[in-house]
Formats: sequence, structure tokens, C-alpha cells
Amino acid sequence: MSRGLSRQLLVIVMLLSIYGALMIYSAGQIDFGSPNWSVHFKWIRHLEWLCVAVVAAFLVNRVSFRLLEWATPWLYGLGIVLLVVTLAIGTGSGDAASSKSWLAIGGVKLGQPVELAKLATILMLARWFSARRSPPTTLRGLFPPLMISIVPALLVLKQPDLGSAMVFGGAMFAVFFWAGVPVSLLVLLASPVISLLLAWSTALWSAWMIVLFILLLAWRPFILEAITVYLVNATMGVLAILVWNHIDKYQRARITSFINPALDPAHTAYQAIQSKVAIGSGSWLGNGFTLGPLKRTGFIPEWSTDFIFATVGEELGFVGVILALGLFLALLITLVRIARRSSDPFASIVVFGVAGLFLTHIFENIGMTISLMPITGIPLPFFSYGGSFLLATFLALGMAFRAAAEERAAGYV
Amino acid sequence: MNEFSSWELERRAGRATIVLVVIFVVLVGAFFRAQIVEHEQFRLASNSNHLRGITLDAPRGTIVDRNNEPIAVNVPGYSIKVLAFDSLTLRTVLTKISALVPEDSINIEAVMRRWRATPYEPALVFASGETRAIATLEEHRAALPGLLIQAEPRRRYPDSTAVAHLVGYVGQVSQSELDNQKFPGTESGDIVGKMGLEVEYDSLLRGKNGLRYVEVTSKGRMVREQSATTAIEPVSGRSMATTIDLSLQRFIDSMWQADMPDKRGAMVAMTPKGEILAYYSHPGFDPNLFIGRVDPTAYRALSEDPNKPLYNRVIQGRYPPASPFKLATAAVALRRGLVTMDSRMPEACGGSYRYGSRVWKCWKKEGHGSLTLRQAIATSCDVYFYQLGLMIGADTLLKELNDMGFGSPTGIDLPQETTPDFPESIKSYIKRRGYWNNGEVLNLAIGQGADAQTLINMVSFYAALAGDGIKRTPYIIPGHSGGQTRDLRLTAEQRLGLREAMVSVVSSGTATAGLLGEKGVKELEMAGKTGSGQVSHQKDIAWFMSFAPASNPKIVVGIQVEEGVHGGLVAKYAFRTIARYLTGKTLKLEVRDSTEDLTVPPPDSIPPDTTAVRRPGGGRR
Repeated sequence: MSRGLSRQLLVIVMLLSIYGALMIYSAGQIDFGSPNWSVHFKWIRHLEWLCVAVVAAFLVNRVSFRLLEWATPWLYGLGIVLLVVTLAIGTGSGDAASSKSWLAIGGVKLGQPVELAKLATILMLARWFSARRSPPTTLRGLFPPLMISIVPALLVLKQPDLGSAMVFGGAMFAVFFWAGVPVSLLVLLASPVISLLLAWSTALWSAWMIVLFILLLAWRPFILEAITVYLVNATMGVLAILVWNHIDKYQRARITSFINPALDPAHTAYQAIQSKVAIGSGSWLGNGFTLGPLKRTGFIPEWSTDFIFATVGEELGFVGVILALGLFLALLITLVRIARRSSDPFASIVVFGVAGLFLTHIFENIGMTISLMPITGIPLPFFSYGGSFLLATFLALGMAFRAAAEERAAGYV
Repeated sequence: MNEFSSWELERRAGRATIVLVVIFVVLVGAFFRAQIVEHEQFRLASNSNHLRGITLDAPRGTIVDRNNEPIAVNVPGYSIKVLAFDSLTLRTVLTKISALVPEDSINIEAVMRRWRATPYEPALVFASGETRAIATLEEHRAALPGLLIQAEPRRRYPDSTAVAHLVGYVGQVSQSELDNQKFPGTESGDIVGKMGLEVEYDSLLRGKNGLRYVEVTSKGRMVREQSATTAIEPVSGRSMATTIDLSLQRFIDSMWQADMPDKRGAMVAMTPKGEILAYYSHPGFDPNLFIGRVDPTAYRALSEDPNKPLYNRVIQGRYPPASPFKLATAAVALRRGLVTMDSRMPEACGGSYRYGSRVWKCWKKEGHGSLTLRQAIATSCDVYFYQLGLMIGADTLLKELNDMGFGSPTGIDLPQETTPDFPESIKSYIKRRGYWNNGEVLNLAIGQGADAQTLINMVSFYAALAGDGIKRTPYIIPGHSGGQTRDLRLTAEQRLGLREAMVSVVSSGTATAGLLGEKGVKELEMAGKTGSGQVSHQKDIAWFMSFAPASNPKIVVGIQVEEGVHGGLVAKYAFRTIARYLTGKTLKLEVRDSTEDLTVPPPDSIPPDTTAVRRPGGGRR
């Protein structure tokens, strides 16, 4: 059974890697820019990175979860330190040149520490939960794991990188859920965010406050916690405007353009509209591999990284999109099953956390290409060009393979 | 860790899987909606993003003369345009272009303005690029995204000045023309007629522009011609055959240029049926100057020239018609049955005529004596026509002359013909001037006073006399309808009589002296009528209206020269034109050529009374 899971995971990862490499090759087939521009050869660099990532995955695969569990605090600490260092001396890149997300020494870009920090945070959360007999049943009890995720998320938000900060949240909720934290607590935990999102409409926000009141009555948390949650929600609604005024212009613009892309088609919403137009022009079978006209002529922004899925839709059509989504769904279900079958709680939580991480990336990235989600610069696993993220993806997969293999070794169901 | 029991995990895995499936179904739904349901809308949006339609200018129809000789043709030219996506890129490219070809100064603001009106069309920078500029720009193409060098047909008038007022010229449609819908179906940047035949027949000449699609990058650089989308081929405009005899037209031009280059005036030759054979106004201009890029200094020089070269003197110039108008007075009297060709007036010409409190002089001080109408025409006797005018009466004279078309434009197929200045009735005369003095009849009878005619209208009248007595709308393109056909209601006998009288003008009358040097006047049976119109503060306006051969007229020629002194002096140009047309060669004596050698004949019309306080005919052009 588990041997089946390993093989299943291997096949899916191989198919996704091939699919992604082909799309990065296609991303180089363009009609603008000078002919020897680096983008034409990005697919070769991508393959080089893929080799490195596979080797790294094999190495991680050799490491036992016990050793990993032991090393977790160090890895987490390293991640936090790197994020702080990045914040201090980081550099920007490409479209987000003003943000500090890259760690570079002597002008050579080493990578984006946030990718490492994401994995380290999942490991840290897994370590914290697996060390307990039962998950916390109060909000107060959830404070330590909350801090574990919020610290790196805040550091990332400061870069500023809204998308990656969201990823921390996604992975955190996945871990909490898998560790057995009651759904009611998860809802209460998420309630301030919901309140914040609804703050733009007084009616909706008021309705939410009533619903929250009823939920608190039904779930009966500690009275102090209930009051705190309710107050935080109220504050969020009131503070929303202040927060709105505080966040960066580009973040604000992205949020407004998400709500109504037609408002400013020339600037903030340009990306969203071009991407959706490219996808919409694909129809069933697309314009043909490497032949997407908008990609070829440079109308799709960040076409080799964040918006590479727009090219999938444009060139390979609905069929190509279904194929990619199907592979992603299969990958996630396989990861859930590995987590389900794992005999080791730490490994199980790690694998499920990785699935949550991937899901956040996939849903946010693909969702933004079709205007389902606001535009945040987070990459799509296997497809987006970028070494750090590819490496992080395969490190996570290396752990998943180990978990799948160990389960078999344990002979425990 | 009891929360990690197998069944608990199974439950959570089940829930997680459901959540996953729901999320992916949402994504699939979103893609299905965009790619399948709304596909068509996004396909169009995609096309309008990366495809640009480029107008292919339709070649204008050519204009040829009656022998298929070209008057207006198309030659290959190049236009320089820029495909731009935003005003910033366009401005940058324009700045670079103007730096590369500084000698061709471009008005960046004007280009930007044009582009903003039609942002999806390439912005026109130069309508006609010079080879050197094109070579320079082609060399720097890499630095000029969106640069588009297009082969475009360009208008050319091989005979330039000789045909200027006839054919006119073309230019880009102006904003006000677009606003007024003067040329329906045109867009900014289209080429339309601006003058002459080019504007009169613009809708036929213009043709239909085509369209081709090019694929462009987001920075506006052209990638390739889009083969998937069919280009719409331009449909060239209709070619038009005119009634013009280009060799005659050229002959008139070279004759005028050689003999009186400084004289302003006009000349028209037509058949008695109204077919225009030659159409000439002097001074002219080179219509090719207006094609493509108009040099502002050259244009200013033309529009500020005191000789008004852009003024079309054939249909826009109004002048006192003077003695040639006596034929109109005679025609009125004849058709009314008041006189015959042999009728005499009560008072013989003694050099002057007393009417009211004034003395009206004849141009010949010593007088003509008693004359028949025939003789009066030949000698252009003013006293005879004073009495004839009084005999007809003011009311009748105005009514009949209006009926003959002296108060209306001819309706020739050229734009902006001026309506002659001629009172409709005594009532309208009073309305305009505030008084009526019956002495005005004497003025009107000899073509002076409140009367200013265009050359084309006078020639049309003479064409009717030369032909079947029907005054037709003159035309340049056969099939032209417009204007009014007017029957002069003269019997064949009456017309013959008038023609004979005009033959005597040439053989023994006022035109004889001017034609002394010419050979073949008699053989060609030339008939004519001289005239000198009065314009105060200026020398007289010389007229000469003629046709030949008198027995069966084939060509009618009218000439009018401002400050020409006397009609008799310009008669020879009309004769040479007629001779050229009828014999195909230039008939003239080589010796006596200069006008100064000739005995200057007396002017055939002098001011009726130098002591007159007011002369309504004067002070007006």
C-alpha cells in the first residue's frame, strides 16, 4: 500500500516536473527582447536547479524524522535569523524591486530565505504539536504555535511580501487542523481576519459580529477568551481603515484591483486583466505549445514566474489546465494519504503541513491568474521559474517520500 | 497522542480531501467559465491587445483628359508612422525621430493630438518621407519601437501649375471637415480633395482603404504580419475622364507665361454644348506643393501673395462684364421682339446721349452716327445700347437677364463657384442700395453698374449664342448634372444675325486692330466681342469673348485679364487658342508680336459720365 503511495507520489512529481519544465521552455519562446536574452535559456537553468533540487531531496530523504525533529529548533532559528538579515540587507528583484526579499552577497543573489523559513516553521509547529499528548482546547493554549508562525510571517510581511505571509497562515491552519485543534477554535482564530476583510461593508461586518456572537454562545469557550475574541474582532473592524492607510501603496493597489479590476486597467489591474485575457483566449485546446500570442508579445506580466499558469491556459487551453489541476489535486491527495498513513505524528504533521503549504501556493497562484484571488507574488510549485522555491519544494517532497517509506517499514496502519 | 488515533486521522483526511476537491472544483469552474463560456470575448480582447490594424490607403482614381493623358496620377511614396501603446512611448519615439532627422522638423504635439483621436491606429509622423530620412530611420529601427514605414500611393500632377485651378489638390482631412461630415466615411489621417476636381469628385476618386493586421509586442514593436487574419485589400478610387484637352490647356498656360506672366486673369475654352476644353486661371500655383508634407513657408507665400494665386478667377472672380454684356441686352430685345438686327435707335450716336440730368458719353467722342443693331454690336456703340436699354425698360431687362442666368451660378462641376452679382429686380436693388435711379438701366445695358459676372457665366452665355441657343451647365466630367439649362429663346435667324455681327467685330470692328498680326482669322471664321470693364482705382478689365468657325462654331473661348487695358489687346490670345484647337498648330505672325507696336485702339467703353457723383458699377471687384 505504502509502496504504492511512494510510487504514486514519484509518478505525479515526475509528471509535474516535466510539465513545469516544458512551460518554462515555452516561456523562453518570445518575440520581444534581444535574442540572446537570458529568458531564452531559463529552461536550461531550470533543469540545472531541478538536478540540484532532486539531489537535495535524496539527501533529506536519508535523514530520519528523529534527527530532523532534533534539528528543528536550529533550523527554525536559522530561518528567523536569515529573515532578519534579509530585512536588513536584502535586495529586490524584477517587478518588486523595491521590496527586500532576496539575500545577496556581493551582488550575487543567493536565494529567498522565506522559502526555507516556510519549511522550518512547519517543522517547528509539527515538533510542538507532536510533543503533546493532546492538542490545546483553548485559544490561550494555542498561543505558542500561533507565535511560531506569526513571527516569521510578520518578518516576511515587513519585506513586504503579502503573499508569502499568507502562505504562513495557510500552512499554520493546515497543521492546526491535522493536529486535532477543534474546528471551532480554528474559526475563532480566523475570526479577526474575517472581520478585517468584511470591514469595508458596515452591513456585512455587523452581520458577522452577530454570527460571531452566536458562535461564541454555541461553542462556549472560556468567558475571558470569548470577550477577547469579540473585542479583537470589533477592533479589527474599526482599525481596518487605519490599517488600510498604513499598508504599502502596492499592497493597497493590489487589493483594490482585485475587488474591481476594471477600475484602473492601465496600472494595477493590468496584470490581472492580461492574464485572464490570455487564459480566456485559450478555449479548449489553446493556441498551441509555445505559440501563445500574448505571451510571445510580452503582454503577460511575469510570464515565466508568477503568471506562468496564464501561459498554460493560453497555449494548452482548458485541457492543459485540467491536466495541471488534476496533477496538483492528485499530489495533494497523495500527500494527505501519506500523512494519514504515517505512524509518526511528527512526520504526519510535517507532511500535512507541506500539503497545506502547497495548496496555499497553488490556490493563490492559479487563483490570481484568473482573478479569483488578489495578486500576490507567490510562485506555483513545479511551474514558476525560481531556484529557492524549487529547492524548498523538493526538500519538502524528500520528507514526504521518507514519511511514505517509513510507514511501510513500521508495518503499522 | 489520542488525537492521532487512526479513525480520527481517517476522519480528518476525509474532510481535508473534501476541502481539496471543493477548492479544485472552484478553480476548474473559474477556468471553464473564462476559457469556454466567455472565450469569444477574451479572444477578441487578446486580438485587440497584440494585433494592430494598419490602414492601407486606397489609391485615388486617376484623372485624365479627353485623350487619356494624365492630369492627376499616383506615384509611390512612403509614409512614416509610429505604432504606440501609450503617449509616453510615443513621445519618446517621436523625440528620437526628430533628433535623427532634424532637418524634417516634426510637430510632436500635433502628432500626439492626432494619435489621441485614434489611439489604436499608428500615429502619422510624415505623410511623405524623403529617401534620406527613411534610410536614416531604417538604420535606427532597433531604437525606434513601433516605427512603421509604409509604401503609400502619392498624388502627383504632372502639369503642375498649368492645371492647378482645374484639378486642385488633396490633403489630409481636417478636424473641422470631420466634424462637419464634409466627407462621409473618412477618418482622421485620410486623404481627401481640398480644391478643384479633387474635392468635387472626392467621393468617387477616394476609393476604400484597406486594412492589414500586424502582431506587436507590449512595447509596440512590430513582430510580423498576421497571416491568420485576412487583410482587407484597398479598393482604388474611380478613374475619371474629363473633357479637358490637355494640349490646349498647356498651350494656354505657356502662352500666358510667355506673353503676360505678370497679368492676372483667366481663360476658358469650351464647346457650344458646355464641354470644358481648357480651364485656366493666372497666376497659378504648383498643386504638388500641397501633397504630403506641406512646407509652411511655401504655403504662407502662396496665401499671402497679393496676386492671390490660390484664387480661382474663372469661377470666383467677379468683374463688370462691360461690352460683352451688350450681346445679352441685344438678346433680350430680340427675344422680346422689340428690334431686329437692322433696327435703328431714335437718336443717332453723336458721341453722347442725354438722359435725365446727365450726359451719357459714348466711347467714341466723334460719334458713330446712325447704326443698325448689327453695326452697333460691331462698333460697340454705347449710345445705341443706352437707348435699347431704355426701350426694354428696367423691369423687363432685369427679369429677362435673370432668366438667362446672369444672376445665378452656372453649376459647373467645380466647388465654390461664386454667384454673379446682378440685381434680381428693382425692388431688390433698392433694398440693397436704398435708391433707384432709372439711369441705372443705361449702365446695365452696356454691362456696367450693378453687374459683376464670372468668366464662366459669360462664356456659357456665348456658348449658347454659338450653339443652339440653349445655355447649358458647363461641365468637366461628362454626365455632370446640376445648374439650370436655360433657353435664350432666340430664333435661329436671330442667333445667326448676332454671330454675323460678332464676325464684323473681328473683321472690321473693335477687335480688328488687336488681331492685325494674326494669320488665319478670316479663314477660321472667328467671331468675337471685346470689352473693357471699369473698376475704380484700377486699370480696365479686358474681356474678349469669341468662337469659331462662325458658321458652325466648334469652340468658344473667353478670356479676361485684370488691368488688361483693352479687350482688343487680349483678343489674339483667344484667337491663338481657337486656332490651336481647330488646326492643331499655332498660327501667328512672327514679326508683330509685341503689343506695344500696335496702334492702341480707343477703349470701347468709357465711364458714362465722369461728373457722375455715384457710379454703382465702380468700387467693386
